[in-house]
Amino acid sequence: MNGTDLWTLAVIAGLAGVTVLTRSFFFMSDKPWHLPAWAQRGLQYAPIAALSAVVIPEIVMSQGQLIGTWQDARLFAAAAGTAVYFRSKNVLLTIVLGMAVYLPLHLGLGW
Amino acid sequence: MFFLPHLYRHPAFREGMRDVSPQSPGIAAWGLMTGVAMVKSGMSVFEAVAMTLTVFAGSSQLAAIPLIVAGAPAWVILATGFCVNLRFVVFSLHLRPFLMHLPLWQRLVHGYITADISYVLFTRKYHQPGHTPAEKLEQEAYLAGNDFLNWLSWMGASLIGIALANMIPTAWGLGFAGILCLLGVQCSLASSRMRILSAAVAGAAAVVAYALPLKLNIVFAIAVAVILCLTVERLRPQGKTA
Repeated sequence: MNGTDLWTLAVIAGLAGVTVLTRSFFFMSDKPWHLPAWAQRGLQYAPIAALSAVVIPEIVMSQGQLIGTWQDARLFAAAAGTAVYFRSKNVLLTIVLGMAVYLPLHLGLGW
Repeated sequence: MFFLPHLYRHPAFREGMRDVSPQSPGIAAWGLMTGVAMVKSGMSVFEAVAMTLTVFAGSSQLAAIPLIVAGAPAWVILATGFCVNLRFVVFSLHLRPFLMHLPLWQRLVHGYITADISYVLFTRKYHQPGHTPAEKLEQEAYLAGNDFLNWLSWMGASLIGIALANMIPTAWGLGFAGILCLLGVQCSLASSRMRILSAAVAGAAAVVAYALPLKLNIVFAIAVAVILCLTVERLRPQGKTA
């Protein structure tokens, strides 16, 4: 598809609307209500769960399957990144050193 | 909401920017590869730029593109975007008490520009909504500063990715820097046993449910982890909460 048609632009505008709708879903209504205390407490577990749910499959799966080999650059990079984080408490260093493990294994050895 | 002077002049705005800055290269790598992927999957440059500037949600962009290129019905594409974005609905439930004192349009703008990293960093810093107007303003300014640098890193890198799409092979795997960024943030949240349990359960559930369509495994994993952690809390009431 090389041309740009109105339909595509309308769909893109719709998707932007979907971003607003989902990210603001519970901000829309002005009606005062409060979550029950247990649910409020439960939400404290949501951020780390959300990250883990995004991150873990990206490390241990490929093509929809659990990887069956340890020769995967992502495993080593993730292990290195985790170790770096807990030593340094520094996300930037985690990214840089994690990639320093990942790129040679991935590009050099094809893992 | 980085365009409102009472927010960007507040000291907490800079603090929000400072807290997101270590993550910035990871966000940028992820944005870059999203830009590259958009062009490689058949979007025109104009469409890719329009999508980047307006949609501002990487996973929904990448899910929608093959459908757009294939000419799927619009409602299918929008429903797909909605499902892929479902985790944001959970985030908005969490952020609601922090923002409800604001007028509707400001709540909507805050919601629109608050993506994963900003949500996580904000709730890591603030556990309770502010009580006084000054506290509320500080929280709002922090969120705005955090959102601003996140937005800038993502947008700048995505546009570069669109421009250089044919020079950056996806096989290099540069997008993995984005995963390492999220992994680092995840480690920073692992401050209690219960949270580590939440991460372990969610990670396992997301893998087990990977076959679910439209990334529904992510919301499923969040639900399982939260419910399981609440159950464990109840079984050992003396235990510490998050």
